[in-house]
Amino acid sequence: MKRIHMNTNEPNENSGPQPAPLRPAKLILRLTVIGLVLAGIAALFLYAGGWFTPHALSPAVMINTFEKVNGEHPGFRRNHAKGVCISGYFESNGGGTVLSRAAVFLPGRVPIIGRFALAVGQPYAADAAHTVRSMALLFKQPDGQEWRTGMNNIPVFPVNSAEGFYDLLLASAPDPATGKPDPAKMGAFVAQHPEFAKAIQLIRAQPASSGFADSSYNSLDAFCFINAKGTALPVRWSMLPVQPFQPLNPTMPGKSDTNQLFDALIADIHSHALQWHLIITVGQPSDPTADATLPWPPDRQRVDVGTLTIDHVESEDTSPARDINFDPLVLPNGMAGSDDPLLSARSAAYAESFIRREGEPKSPSAVSTAETAK
Amino acid sequence: MTRNPTQFALFSRILHWLMAAMLLAMLFIGVMMVASLGDYHRLLVIHRPLGIMILILAVIRLVNRMFTTLPPFPPTMSQRERFLASASERLLYTLMFALPLVGWGMLSAGHYPIVMFGPVHLPPILPNNPTLYTVLRKTHTILAYLLFLTFLGHLSAVLFHNLIIRDKLLSRMALWPIRSRKVKIEKN
Repeated sequence: MKRIHMNTNEPNENSGPQPAPLRPAKLILRLTVIGLVLAGIAALFLYAGGWFTPHALSPAVMINTFEKVNGEHPGFRRNHAKGVCISGYFESNGGGTVLSRAAVFLPGRVPIIGRFALAVGQPYAADAAHTVRSMALLFKQPDGQEWRTGMNNIPVFPVNSAEGFYDLLLASAPDPATGKPDPAKMGAFVAQHPEFAKAIQLIRAQPASSGFADSSYNSLDAFCFINAKGTALPVRWSMLPVQPFQPLNPTMPGKSDTNQLFDALIADIHSHALQWHLIITVGQPSDPTADATLPWPPDRQRVDVGTLTIDHVESEDTSPARDINFDPLVLPNGMAGSDDPLLSARSAAYAESFIRREGEPKSPSAVSTAETAK
Repeated sequence: MTRNPTQFALFSRILHWLMAAMLLAMLFIGVMMVASLGDYHRLLVIHRPLGIMILILAVIRLVNRMFTTLPPFPPTMSQRERFLASASERLLYTLMFALPLVGWGMLSAGHYPIVMFGPVHLPPILPNNPTLYTVLRKTHTILAYLLFLTFLGHLSAVLFHNLIIRDKLLSRMALWPIRSRKVKIEKN
């Protein structure tokens, strides 16, 4: 075998003599081919990025619509904009280990950071009795994995798709002339989304509780738990309050007190730690997992896996929870999303909202540090 | 050991095509992901570990690049073209490192867990910081578009050489062995 030395080989490295120059017609043809290939790839790339379909429902369009409907409130979450931050711990009783191998279900405590909020797009809106209340939590496992969840105090979600949510957002936007949603638009929405009418009946049938502390919070979307044996189960979860249910005060809302619900929550936490039982509802194969408007039959197995204790409340102005995206698909090993299309849509829209608000100047929260100190 | 010096080393060629496919897939996954509600999550689940795999391969590739002899530039490349080729190579290497690192740093600064698959998580490499997150998130996008443009430039140069100059430049990187006429003559 001959060893070929680079320096001696360099002049001969091309296969034979240089080809003759291309004829002009061929040259133009080949240059055109090159141009088309490059333009085609670039066009495909831009198409994939949605550049040719700016009005298709994307995370950016969804968040733009929130900004259009609610006005621009830089630095705040685009939805569930008004809130207060909390911390505490979750004490697992070990009962969840048969359902999921997530470390959060091993007996013992994991720290919690979270946020209570009202499902409004305006961060300074006055508390209203029938506004949806939410509880967002981040469970930090000892191994560093996290479980983030955002739950609402309604039994089912009003729509079952991102498109439905977008349509509802537009249909229920207040008409600038009347300050109330346009009944015609709402009517058209209901006709187009039959799932909404059924869901809203279930939502209205639920008795209203007095505040954040005695509300139940539900995952609404279905998830999948995977246990140590690798068995996957469809689940939904709820936080059931230890605090006894009290019916909503009919005089609410008091117009002079815009933070009525938050102030009551703060006073409650200052007087004693608040607790909820984490209940995992195990679905059957026949139960719908892709439709958050449909409840599961009431006889499904419900497992109390531990107790959430909230013993600290803090304004968004100082809490690190302000800068946490409570993305429902941040899950530890042993949990996964389901085929519910709302999950990926929430994840994407929350991310878009997070990207925008993290880069914006911050204004003080309606629930101020002075208020949380009271 | 005999190596045909008109081609890059086999391992270099394998790395080149493997990473070309991964980087291009990554660019498309990235732009599709941020524009999609329904596919966002399933693309994100691929995006993160694929990015870290690219980072690992970039380290291997850089080490390999430092310790292998390259085939010389063909005589059909002018001095200026050679300079441009070297500069774009350096830019591509920089981006292969920078994009995954900025992505990793951005998730760290944004208080996100850096999930690879199952129980495998990476530690944060930067502190939680909203401003840092914002800067890195924007940088990630800008660098991705820069990578795409650099790729287009790279591709256009190769196409120009192969279709217009017809110096078989691409054969230097072909996965199969290319024997130049000169070598054949010597062997005969």
